[in-house]
Formats: sequence, structure tokens, C-alpha cells
Amino acid sequence: MNMMSEAAVEKALDQKMNTAPYKMTGKDVSVYYGEKRALFDVNLNVRENTVTALIGPSGCGKSTFLRCLNRMNDTIDSCRVTGKIVLDEGDIYDPSIDVVELRARVGMVFQKPNPFPKSIYENVTYGPKIHGLARTKAEFDQIVEHSLQKAGLWNEVKDRLHESGTGLSGGQQQRLCIARAVAVSPEVILMDEPCSALDPIATAKVEELIHELRANYTIVIVTHSMQQAARVSQRTAMFHLGNLVEENDTDKMFTNPDDQRTQDYIMGRFG
Amino acid sequence: MTDMTSSVQSAYVRPAQARRDIGIKRRYAAERRFRAYGVAAILTGLFFLFLLLWTVVSNGYTAFQQTAITLPIEFSEKIIDPKNERADNPAKLMTANYPLLVRDALVKALAIDPSNRALVKQATDMVSASARTQLRDIVIANPAVIGTTVDVALLAEGNIDSANKGQIDLKVAEANRKVKDQQLAWMKTLTETGAMAKQFNTGLFTYGASSRPEAAGIGVAALGSLYMMLIVLALALPIGVCASIYLEEFAPKNRLTDLIEVNINNLAAVPSIVYGLLGLSVFINFAGMPRSAALVGGLVLTLMTLPTIIIATRAALKAVPPSIRSAALGLGASKMQTIFHHVLPLAMPGVLTGTIIGLAHALGETAPLLLIGMVAFVVDFPGSPMEPSTALPVQIYMWANEAERAFVERTSGAIMVLLIFLVVMNLGAILLRRRFERRW
Repeated sequence: MNMMSEAAVEKALDQKMNTAPYKMTGKDVSVYYGEKRALFDVNLNVRENTVTALIGPSGCGKSTFLRCLNRMNDTIDSCRVTGKIVLDEGDIYDPSIDVVELRARVGMVFQKPNPFPKSIYENVTYGPKIHGLARTKAEFDQIVEHSLQKAGLWNEVKDRLHESGTGLSGGQQQRLCIARAVAVSPEVILMDEPCSALDPIATAKVEELIHELRANYTIVIVTHSMQQAARVSQRTAMFHLGNLVEENDTDKMFTNPDDQRTQDYIMGRFG
Repeated sequence: MTDMTSSVQSAYVRPAQARRDIGIKRRYAAERRFRAYGVAAILTGLFFLFLLLWTVVSNGYTAFQQTAITLPIEFSEKIIDPKNERADNPAKLMTANYPLLVRDALVKALAIDPSNRALVKQATDMVSASARTQLRDIVIANPAVIGTTVDVALLAEGNIDSANKGQIDLKVAEANRKVKDQQLAWMKTLTETGAMAKQFNTGLFTYGASSRPEAAGIGVAALGSLYMMLIVLALALPIGVCASIYLEEFAPKNRLTDLIEVNINNLAAVPSIVYGLLGLSVFINFAGMPRSAALVGGLVLTLMTLPTIIIATRAALKAVPPSIRSAALGLGASKMQTIFHHVLPLAMPGVLTGTIIGLAHALGETAPLLLIGMVAFVVDFPGSPMEPSTALPVQIYMWANEAERAFVERTSGAIMVLLIFLVVMNLGAILLRRRFERRW
């Protein structure tokens, strides 16, 4: 792929942005932790091959919403989700949907880099192994190389694939986690403040990576950094006190938001 | 306005020398006192530990040596098999008069008049009565030895052994002494000719129970303990780990599981003798298992060890960072895969440490074994866990009740062996923890 075509792809993607079909749709999504209600009837659509940023002050429900998208909230006993979340026409909370399959389609990258305390190779192959995506060593090798290349980590670790993943630097660990998520060929990748534990240089690398991944994946990212949202996303959704305040094109959101609260938050008047 | 600010300033800025006394000196003194208490506590502990080890070692190190009297034994055919029937009736060799061989050899070696019965009796008393079985075994193993003369190292009798180790008080009047002056004189001659010498006491590790200290060992008891440890390991580890995984990962958090948790913690503190009573009523009286068998002992010790293993395993599972679980679940692993591929391997050092400490605890346990009849005088090695056996700490308990000086040293010797086992097991636990601890 040369520079020209890359730019062309970029342009095509940007044009597609506002016309791309919805990959995931949240309709009247409410979340309760026991008696406490954390999300109030959120309606949010995520377009295909788009980076959607979720912003808002701490405790506003953006991470809660993100974790609804691959049902990670199921692991919390007291958590209850109402409303409907659709992934390609299918309701992901439908009893017929297997959560294992869902999480293979909707991968997740966490706030703190959390590689398994195993080798880099095993970290990447774990997902394909449990989902039966590969059988032979050659297939696994190919997945490892492909995923690490996508995560921009291949050149740094190709000579030490069998060393522990926890021995990498923080930024490398986070990219390994992205490679691990990419290895199961998901359609959507959820990122929960993926750069909050990283230094600025590592952050820049991860952001660049998000930018590249957009061509093949739909990405939803939660971030505390307004600059980051502005840099990496095409669509931005602003949450406040469990409500979705505004969802808009990122450019518009940061220059001329529709809602006063968004304006105040972006200007740093609260949050 | 300016007045106000200046007055506020003067209220807050104080000259350095007028600083409030907040008792810095007292604080440091208190800290020093506290450190001194700590050092004193540790020194007290070390002192008693040293005292214990010193008592055990100083009493027990001699148990690893045993006096033997090497005599040229003439396996005379006239005495063993006068009518030459051994070809037809091998049982004849079992019942031959072997002590006579020893007597003859002693009479010859010490140049005693064979007609002086009292003197001969004193001489034969110096050799352990186990010499009979020792010679019998030699003859049965190799009947060709009959008719020849072979040097055999016979075990000295317990009191002679003690006297040889200098443990008998010679100031006591001869009439009140176990070892007579004549015997002491013979011992001297035998030592000078090299016939009497101390050798490493292998019997301590290979013999079973015996009323004669020189023929008593912990071999049988150690085998019983080994059986029990294997049973405990085979039952307590899987049951304990399964129970902990269920309670920690799957069980709903409600009153019932809270109750179970409290009870497990309480069970860990239940006196072990209660487990013995439980074993007696359930395994022996109700289930009809054999008394004094390693199987029952193992089951009782399993029940006793379970709470320890469950508590350690749950703590180890809890210590695995939640981010690892999220990572696996986020990749689409099921709960079971998450636990068995990631959580349990990471918790394994903690689980093994808990198991080894539980096993070490079970190895040293005596009280419950007393109630299920394992305080038994077991001479032969148990062929299976169903056969009567005894355990190391019980053997120590039984020897501690014996009066002879030679049993006193054997008691301490056995304690040393048990302590070495325990130290090795605990060391293993520490090494395992070190080896696997820093993984994330």
C-alpha cells in the first residue's frame, strides 16, 4: 500500500463516515447497579469503520455504556441492563445470543494494560485457541505475525515472541493487548481509556494505531482527554450524570456543540 | 482592608523558636521503646526455640549410633540341625536354638567358665535378645552358612549401649544399677579388642515397634505416616481446591455462603481431638472401617486439613488481579476457561503453599490418631493402608512413655527426624512461593 492509496482510503473513509451503516445501536439503554441507576435511556448509534469517542466527567456512565456493548457488565452480579443493543440486526441481550460469541465479535482493550503473565506468543494465540480459529502451528504463527503487525508491535518483539508479555514497557503491553484483541478478528473493538496509564509517546503510538485500525474495525473509545477524542475520533458522544447529552461529529462537537453542557465541559467549566 | 490582612499574617507567621511543642522527642522515644519491645519479643522466642532444639539434639543425637558386638559365631550343625532334617523340614531352621550360638561365642570370646551359670547369664544379657532373629535370618537366607564360623555384628542390649555411650551413672551402687561391674569390665576388654564398637544406627530407620530399645525403630511408623500423607494429598487437595473455586468464583454471595465461610474459618480452629472423635464415630463405628488403619487416619487428617487448604486457596484466588479475569472474559473465554487457564495457574503457588503447610500440620498431628486406635504396637510393615499401622508422632508419644535410657534418646532422635521432615516440607513451600510468586 503506497502513500497515495492510503490517503485515498482515508478520504473514502471520511466520506463514508456520515453514510456508513450503523454497526451497533443502543436503544433506551438503562443500567442499574442494584437500586442505583447508572444510565438513563441512552440512545446511541455507532457507525461502521468509525471511531466513536465517549467523553464526559467521571462517573457519567460512559464506561458503563461501553461495557454494555460486549456484555462485560454481566460479570457484575448486581448489574441489570434494560433497553436494546443491536449488533448488525441482532439484539445482543437476546437469550439466544451466546456471550462468548459476542465477545469474539466485540473485543475489548482495558484501561490498564493487562497482558497475561505468559509469553507474547501465547498472549496473542489465546483468543484464537479458545475460539478454534486456527489449528496448526503455521496458522497460529501467521495470526501472531498478522496481529502484532496490525498493533505496530511486530518489529519490536519479533525476536522475543517467547518472552513474557509482562516484561514489555507499558505502551508495548497496551499494544500487545490490542494485538490480542485483534487476533480473534473482531468487528468492533471497545477501548476503555486505553492511554490513561501511558506516557505521551506511548499514547501517540496507540492513537496512531487506532487511526489505522479504523479501516478494518469499528472502534468505540472512552477517554478522559478531550484532545485525544478530538485527535482520534470522527464521532463523539458526551455523557453527563448517566444521560447522553449530545452525539455529533467530532469536528462540530469541539467547535460548535449543540448543547450548552457540552460547551461548558469542553471549555473546562466542570468535570 | 490592609489592617486586616496584616493582622491575619501576624497570626499565622510565628518566629521559629516559638514553635509549638508537639512532642517530637516523646514520639521518637515511644518509637524506640516499641522497637525494643519487638526485639525483646523476638529474642525470647529465639531463646525458647534454641532451648527446644538444644534439648532435643543433645538428648537425641546419640540415637543415631548403636553399639554392636562383633563375635565370631560358629554356626554349628550340632546345635542348629542335629538330626539333619532341614532338607525335608525347612521350618526346623526357624525354631533352632540360636541363643546357644551366641552364648558359646561369648563364652569363648570372654573366656568364661561355661559351668558358672550366673556369669554366663550376665554375659548373654549383654547381647540383645534380637540376636536370635538376626542369626535365624542369616541362616534362612543362606543355609550353606551352617558348619562355618562367621563374624556377626550383634546388637548390644539397650543398657549396655547406654553404658557404652556413657549415659549410665556409675556412682550408683552396683545392686541398683542395670549394668554390673563384671559387664563393664567385659565391655572394656571387648572395646580394646575391637569387638565392641558404635556404628550408625540403621535400625532406627528400618525397624518397627519393639519393647527392646535396640531393636525399636521408626520405619513402620514412617510408612504409616507416608500412607496417611498420600491419602490426605489425594483427597484434601482436589476437594479443597474445588470447594474454594466454587465458593470464590461461582457461589452467589448470600447468607448461606456467608455462613459456610464463617464455618470453614471456625473448623480450622476446632481442636484436632474432635476430628478424632468424628473419625471414630463416622468411619469406624458407622462405616465399619478397620481400627488403627492408615486409611482411617488419612481420612480424619483430610477432614482436619481441608479448612486450611480451603482458606489458603481462597486467599490465593482472591489475590489474582481482576484485570486478568477481565482480559480473559473480554476475549470471549467462558468463566470456566478463565478460571482454569488463568486464575488457577496464577493462584497455584498459594494453593501449594497452603497444601504443604496443611500436610506438615497433619504429619505432626497425634491427638486424633489416638482416638482411632493408631496408638498400636505395630512390629511389621503395613502392606496396605487397610492394615494396622502407626504414625511418627504417635511412635514418639509411645516411646516417651518408656523408662529405659535408650528409649529417651530414641524419642529425641525420632523428634529430630520428624522436625527434619517438617522443615523440609516448609522449605519446599517457601521455595515454591519464591519460584512462582513474581509473575505479574
